[in-house]
Amino acid sequence: MSVGLPAYLAVAAALFTIGVFGIFVNRRNIIVVLMSIELILLAVNINLVSFSMFLHDVVGQIFAMFVLTVAAAEAAVGLAILVTFFRNRGDIAVDHANMMKG
Amino acid sequence: MDLQAIAFYTLATILLAAAALVVTARNPVHSVLFLILAFFSGAGLFVLLGAEFLAMLLIVVYVGAVAVLFLFVVMMLDVDFVSLRSGFAQYLPVGLVVSGVLLLEMILVSGAVAGSGAASKVKAVAPTDQSNIEQIGRVLYTDYVYFFQAAGLVLLVAMIGAIVLTLRHKPGVRRQDIADQTARTRKTGLAIVKVVTGEGISE
Repeated sequence: MSVGLPAYLAVAAALFTIGVFGIFVNRRNIIVVLMSIELILLAVNINLVSFSMFLHDVVGQIFAMFVLTVAAAEAAVGLAILVTFFRNRGDIAVDHANMMKG
Repeated sequence: MDLQAIAFYTLATILLAAAALVVTARNPVHSVLFLILAFFSGAGLFVLLGAEFLAMLLIVVYVGAVAVLFLFVVMMLDVDFVSLRSGFAQYLPVGLVVSGVLLLEMILVSGAVAGSGAASKVKAVAPTDQSNIEQIGRVLYTDYVYFFQAAGLVLLVAMIGAIVLTLRHKPGVRRQDIADQTARTRKTGLAIVKVVTGEGISE
């Protein structure tokens, strides 16, 4: 392969950083926070798959599949909680979500 | 610069630009559409690496299911998204600092790994002539079969959880009650009414 492993790792690192940045700047908008988490998990998958392909070990791809599974489950449950929260509160401003506080 | 390098840099640029637009777009619908673009580019990178099965899985699972779910929720919720962006400028400096430090650290670590050649010293399994999907199938359904079934359980629990969280019973909705239907007899379900000509039936 003409493009080496460090290039893929750099792309994954940059994507992870963008995801973390998105969580910081959009902390009031829970939908974009969930999307940033998806970006972070995509960066993790790129890392796993690139190591798997460069070391010729397929187990990394198996693990990436499990990460994909958990990410899909997390998105489904997270959005379901968001819909329930919206029905109860009428908005999705999570910085006011302190109803369960003692 | 060969074709593979051109494809890699194009896909990587599109991926990072789309990711940056996901977190900075004003409209969450645009965010979701850029998320779909980012996943397509990620799938392109996987194809470039030779992991065709995961690339197709990424498109089917993320673009086909997760992104559509996001789009559905964003469009269903009637929220003033402009007010949700009010903290953007406030959190921008700390976000830039933290993500900058994080990126610096990761570049240093990956540079050190690439420089020392630690990744290449790992004893690599000999490449086979099997296709990517055949390799995955041979490992996934033998060594990792319990993990595979646990992943299925995770999806089942997530599905049940999402349904339980969002299900609600509205009053006044008439549902089919099969026990009620089969318990009807001639006596309860039938009434013989004497109809007077020209007057119709009163309730």
